[in-house]
Parts: sequence; structure tokens; C-alpha cells
Amino acid sequence: MHLNDQELELLRIIETNSRIETADLAKMTDLSEEDIQATLQKLEDMRIIVRYATLINWAKVDEYHGVTAMIDVKVTPKRGVGFDEVAQRIYRFKEVESVYLMSGAYDLSVIIEGRSMNEVAQFVSDKLSTLDSVISTTTHFILKKYKHDGTIFESTEKDKRIVVSP
Amino acid sequence: MIKTSYISKTVQELKPSGIRKFFDLAANMEGVISLGVGEPDFVTSWSVREAAINSLEIGHTSYTANAGMLELREEIAHYMKSRFHVSYDPEEEIIVTVGASQGIDIALRTILNPGEEIIVVEPCFVAYAPIVTMAGGVPVTVQALPENDFKIKAEQIEELITPKTKALFICSPNNPTGTQLGKSDLEAIAEVVMKHDLLVISDEIYAELVYDEGYTSFAAIDGMLERTILLNGFSKAFAMTGWRLGFVCAPKEISQAMLKVHQYAIMCAPTMAQYAALEALQHGMSDVEDMRSSYRRRRNYIVKSFNEIGLDCHKPGGAFYAFPSIKKTGLSSQEFAERLLLEEKVAVVPGDVFGESGEGHIRCSYASSMEQLQEAIKRISRFMERFN
Repeated sequence: MHLNDQELELLRIIETNSRIETADLAKMTDLSEEDIQATLQKLEDMRIIVRYATLINWAKVDEYHGVTAMIDVKVTPKRGVGFDEVAQRIYRFKEVESVYLMSGAYDLSVIIEGRSMNEVAQFVSDKLSTLDSVISTTTHFILKKYKHDGTIFESTEKDKRIVVSP
Repeated sequence: MIKTSYISKTVQELKPSGIRKFFDLAANMEGVISLGVGEPDFVTSWSVREAAINSLEIGHTSYTANAGMLELREEIAHYMKSRFHVSYDPEEEIIVTVGASQGIDIALRTILNPGEEIIVVEPCFVAYAPIVTMAGGVPVTVQALPENDFKIKAEQIEELITPKTKALFICSPNNPTGTQLGKSDLEAIAEVVMKHDLLVISDEIYAELVYDEGYTSFAAIDGMLERTILLNGFSKAFAMTGWRLGFVCAPKEISQAMLKVHQYAIMCAPTMAQYAALEALQHGMSDVEDMRSSYRRRRNYIVKSFNEIGLDCHKPGGAFYAFPSIKKTGLSSQEFAERLLLEEKVAVVPGDVFGESGEGHIRCSYASSMEQLQEAIKRISRFMERFN
């Protein structure tokens, strides 16, 4: 899908901060506020902007004990629909965060968010590995997130520049 | 007690930089938002830092050739040709320097006889005139005017030319105004320069940071390659200010003369930084592009916001400075900057430190995060309400 320069510019800005006010977006891009709103609406309708996300580092919240697992899944593709049908069956589970078709040693990479290791294990043994097309699964638990979706979680970098300089 | 007679008269008479005063004032305050910074807010990209670390790990810790590693000079020659359409021989016409600042120093020390004049276009980087003086020359300033969006006119330059005039010192895009001179502006100036047989020292350190039109190097204007000393470096485009790495390009006769000054004073630029610069030129252009897009958005934002809150501001074509007028407030630029700092904790640089024609303006660097700029605008807007 071909986008014009202004649409691309807008996407680049809101990709890292979707909370910038329309008025400020207008100033940054030389467009009117109406244009910004119309463009955003268009990009949403086209499903290019899929959702406005907030990236939270839950590990910093005391009460949160969630776990994330990445599961390598080998499957048998079906005639006519390839991997799509089994991928669809998997991504419909609410526990599943992401599903990717991979090249290499296995076919699907499935990312699961659960409240405990036990919950994830149960999902894998009860739901995932019992699907007809699934041949095998290998589960990896994520121990610590350093960087996610382009964002470094623990960056404490301060502006080291002197306050006034030539 | 050390006698002042130990210090040379030239140095005694140099005025300390006006920027220093504001640094001292702001340095001890908490919660200051700084628009006073003259350097990128990006950290040098990791691949460049990694190249420097690797150069240390494998033990590249000795001198390089005086003019810099030939491999780097070849890469610079290629870069200058592909980006700015100017051809230099890497073996004899390019010198790698300790920042563009050292490039200015060796250029002036190479061309000046005592008492010869250099026409310096103001407002400008605070070091130009003092370096001319230290090299034994006489800076003659010509003022780019706010009513022309700080574009200097050829006839203003011509009026100041005397038999002692040796060269014109010019910077585009400019620090502090951000003004970019287009091809036709440069051609008009080049005509005067050639008519009076002058040299041009062209500081092109901000050449990669232009936002609306392509960049024309002074050396790319017909007839100017042989009379231009071109200064550039890695600080601004590649966010490498602390590495202190620049380069000078000039016709063979001039660069070979400059090389003598360079080799006696410095020997060579730091080796580690040269390896970093090599990586920056070979693989860093997409980072430059990302930074440029980011600056362009912030430029648009800050210039529009200034105009909305009553600080008239032309739209600068390059660098990362906005230079709004504060004349409506009735304050001098020093008073404005000082009060803004004390009352609203926003640091800006008063325009007069960059030369007389900068009076009535403030330099605001937009090399800060959007969040910081938004907060700064909020505070400046509140400050401006006191003058309505």
C-alpha cells in the first residue's frame, strides 16, 4: 500500500509516542489539525494503524507475577491452507500474544502471557499440543526483558550535555 | 601573585565567551530545561562507538599519518563527492583535524599575515573572531540582518573590502540563526569574492542538517573550488561532538601549507576517533537521515509555537537553532535570557553573544526531546504573558 510522505511522517512520530496532541502534531508536520485527524482516521480505517499501545514494564510492579513464554511449534501444514489455518486456531486463544510463521527448525513461534509458569504449562499441554496439526512444542520462558519493541526498559540515561554550550 | 605581563597582550584583550557566563548561571540551578545546548541530543550511534572500542581492543593506539588515516581521507573524499559534488584528492587536499575548530585554527594561521583582515559574517559561532585575532589577523564583522532572515548580502560584504582583506569567513547553515544560504545567495557572494581575489573559509559543519532544500557547498559554486577552504566534521551530523573529529578540504597548495601548521601543533587527530569516523561514513548515513527527520519535526514545532506566543521567528533552513526576536518585550537579550532562566528555569542563549546583530534575539536549540520542548514552550508562554 503506497502512503504519501505526510502519512509516513505521521506514522513515524506516533510510533514512539501516540499521546502527542493533535495540535502539536500539526505544528510538527506543517499540516492543519483537521488534516491530522483525517489522516489518522484514514490510517486506522486501512488497518495500518492497528492500535495505540502503551508499553508497560510490568516487572517493575510489585503485585505483578506474570510470565512470558516463547514456544517453538512444529506443525503439519494442510493442503490448500498451508500454515494459515493452524495459525488462526492458535492465535484465537486469549493467552496468545503473538504468532509468527518462521523459517528454520520449527514452523510457528507463539508468545504466551500467563499469570504463572503453571498456567503457561497447562495451556501448552492442554490446548496447544493437543491440536491436530501440532507435531511438537518447545517452551522457553523469558527470564528478564531488557528491550522490547524497540524500547530499552531499564535505560536511566540522563542528558549529560552541559546546560549551555557553543 | 603572577604578573599579568606573563600573559600575551592578545590573550589579555580577548573577551571571555558570553556563553560561559550563562553556563555558570544555569549550572547550579535545579530543574532547568535547557534550550542552550549547541550539540545534538543523540548519543553517537552504537555501531560507531563499537568501532572505536574494537580499534582499542585490537591495539590501534599509535599515531596515524599527520593528515589522518588515508583510508579515512579516501572515505571523506568519496563522501564529499557523493553528497556535495566537490572533488578533493584524498592524498593531498584533505586533512583530518581535532574538530572543525582546529580546522579553523590551522586555516587562519596558514593564510594570515599580521594585520590582514578577515570579513566575518555575524551573528556567528563565538569563536570565529577570537581565532582570527589569535592568528594575528583583524576580524572585520559584517552583520546579517533580521529583516533579511539573517541572509548576508553580497553588497554588504563588498563595502567592507580593503586592500588588507584576505578572506571571507562564512557559515551556512548558521549557528545561531539556522539560516541556510541557497545556491543563488552563494553565487552572488562568490562574484564579489572572485572580483576582489579573496579566499573563502566556509564552515559547513551543519551541511547534513538542512530541512527544506538541498545543500549547496560554497566549493561547488563555479570558480570557488580553488579559493575555498572548506571546514566540516563529524560532531553535528553524526552526533559525535565529544570525539573532536573534523576535516578541512582545500586546494593542494593551501592544504599542504596547512598540513605544516597541523603537524607541528597537533601531530595527528586521535586514532580511535578516526576509526569511529570511518565507521560513521561507511555505515552511518541512515542514522543521519533519522536524526534529520527528527530535527525537522522539532524545528517545525518550536518555530510555530514561538510565533503563536508572540516571539517572531523566521523558519530556519538548517542546523538545530531557532533565533526568535524578543524585541516586543522591551528587554535586551541578556535581560530576557537572565529573567527567563531565573523566573521560569528555561536556559537560552542571549543573541548578542554571537555579535551585535544578534541583539534583540535569543538562540534556542531544539536538540531536545519533544517532551522537553513542550514543557519549555509552556514556560516561555507563561513568561511572555507578563509582557502583554
